[in-house]
Amino acid sequence: MDIAVTKKKLGLKERYALMTRGLGWEPTYQSVDDVFPMDSFEGIKIHDWDAWEDPFRLTMDAYWKYQAEKERKLYAILDAFAQGNGHLTLSDARYINTVKLFINGLAPLEYMSHRGFAHIGRQFRGVGPRVACMMQSLDEMRHAQTQVHAISNYNRYYDGMANFRHHHTYLPYLQVPRSFFEDAASGGPFEFITAIGFAFEYVLTNLVFVPFISGAAYNGDMGAMTFGFSAQSDEARHMTLGLEVIKFMLEQDPDNLPIVQKWLNKWTWRGVRVLTLVAMMQDYMLPKRVMSWAEAWEIYFEENCGALFRDLARYGIVMPPCVEQVRKERDHLSHMAWCQFYQARGTNNFHVWLPSKEDMDWLSAKYPETFDQYYRPRFEYWAKMEEEGTPFEAATPPQQCQVCQIPTIFPVAGDPLTRAEHSCTHDGERFHFCSQWCQEIFEDEPEKYVQAKLGAHELYKGNLFGDADPTAEDFDPMAAAMAFLKLTPEDSGLHSDSRDAANFDLWRGLAKANEA
Amino acid sequence: MSEVKSTVFLCLQANDETRGVIEAIERDNEHASFDYQPGMVRITAPGTLTVRRETVEEEVGREFDLQELHINMISLSGHVDEDDDALVLSWDR
Repeated sequence: MDIAVTKKKLGLKERYALMTRGLGWEPTYQSVDDVFPMDSFEGIKIHDWDAWEDPFRLTMDAYWKYQAEKERKLYAILDAFAQGNGHLTLSDARYINTVKLFINGLAPLEYMSHRGFAHIGRQFRGVGPRVACMMQSLDEMRHAQTQVHAISNYNRYYDGMANFRHHHTYLPYLQVPRSFFEDAASGGPFEFITAIGFAFEYVLTNLVFVPFISGAAYNGDMGAMTFGFSAQSDEARHMTLGLEVIKFMLEQDPDNLPIVQKWLNKWTWRGVRVLTLVAMMQDYMLPKRVMSWAEAWEIYFEENCGALFRDLARYGIVMPPCVEQVRKERDHLSHMAWCQFYQARGTNNFHVWLPSKEDMDWLSAKYPETFDQYYRPRFEYWAKMEEEGTPFEAATPPQQCQVCQIPTIFPVAGDPLTRAEHSCTHDGERFHFCSQWCQEIFEDEPEKYVQAKLGAHELYKGNLFGDADPTAEDFDPMAAAMAFLKLTPEDSGLHSDSRDAANFDLWRGLAKANEA
Repeated sequence: MSEVKSTVFLCLQANDETRGVIEAIERDNEHASFDYQPGMVRITAPGTLTVRRETVEEEVGREFDLQELHINMISLSGHVDEDDDALVLSWDR
């Protein structure tokens, strides 16, 4: 053989250029605009796709290698956790409800994200972002799969997880995360990547996966800890991609600025509204807590998003105006949410409980401005009602916001005792919102948001009865709705009354002792 | 840029593979602080944070490809500039 083999190995930058940019080509028998018809209708102007720089310079061969290693590590731990009856080493059976929230609320979003990135990976005409989107699409599929696999180990023993796909589509509270993603996926490719790369990855996943998953580790959930950290290792790449796209749009043409600013305003607000669920998980649902929602917010929003917006200021981007309200709601969010879920526990697919005296002391210490004044008296009153055998439960489903789909429970910012009421009329019909910000989003694209199917509203319209005949003499609307929603009495209600609590105690007892 | 100095951060899983990496980061970044939380470490630094391949190799005692960081990286913030010898996080570019 006379082939020289002494040639120096390619450096990272050359390898990236060859194995990413080098994979693209100029079409000859179709125009570029016909091949990529979707990356211009949003009004974003791109003059030079080659100016795109992928910060991680990950090529497909390296991608496969490192993702395979992540999978090997993950499944080794998942298997060990399942084989060793890991669910019985949890700090407390209440913890399992956070896992339910995860599989019902988050895992289906990973799958939607997979589909979204597969779509825009086809639609961008620049080869760099196309390859990055394809990798992200594969990552998101991996996240959906590993979350389903990890949590299936809990589904063997506990309620509330078996119908996660159906519940994600129809249960009113799960329409909050679902509508976030459907809103993004039905935008154009640039809005989608701004929504997901910025609001979902940069703002939201940092708050879900980092403090919350660290909390999972603290509560003895090796499975959730591992898939969470494994997923978040991809998110580091995703959020970098999202921010890169934002900067790329801003650098390419000054006309892009107002469009990008509008999306950042919208998606900051949409993201924060979805975070309501995460705030509640962190402050109320983790039996052993790592940090409060307010503390996590300071680190991952104030510090981290503050840095981002200071950086984007050079392009003329300003902090979204909704942030002022978000700051005012910071010390109320988790408490309002948990109160709502406690009252509406008949239509949840996880269990709720009232905070103990120790829990409440921790909450007062973390929220000195709000907890004792507004929330402790309510919890104490409800505890008294539980003791007296007449626990309080809301008898009717609440009105939902037309945009974020959260019940309109929020107070006027800065006035915690007055409920915020916002509405407008479109095409002769009145629509209600939780806030000025959701109303502005609606008014920008009313044709989009009038199509929202709000669970509680659909119930009143008679659209959640499945095959049951509402004209039958013995028709029971709530029973028909529960059957249609596939919600069993075991899925919902108070933790203390649940089959999960009884079984956990029984099995943990058996795990620690021999039968006589 | 405004007056406030932005921080960058890097969160790594705290495990056997990252111990040498964390020590290398400590050696190369005197201004960084290390916050150990359950299962992870969050490294923050005002302005910039650098992971140098050479220092990591000294700490782990073998050849190290900086892209191996992807396996144990949980999150980060700042702009990323990566080549064969260093991974730099910073808000200036």
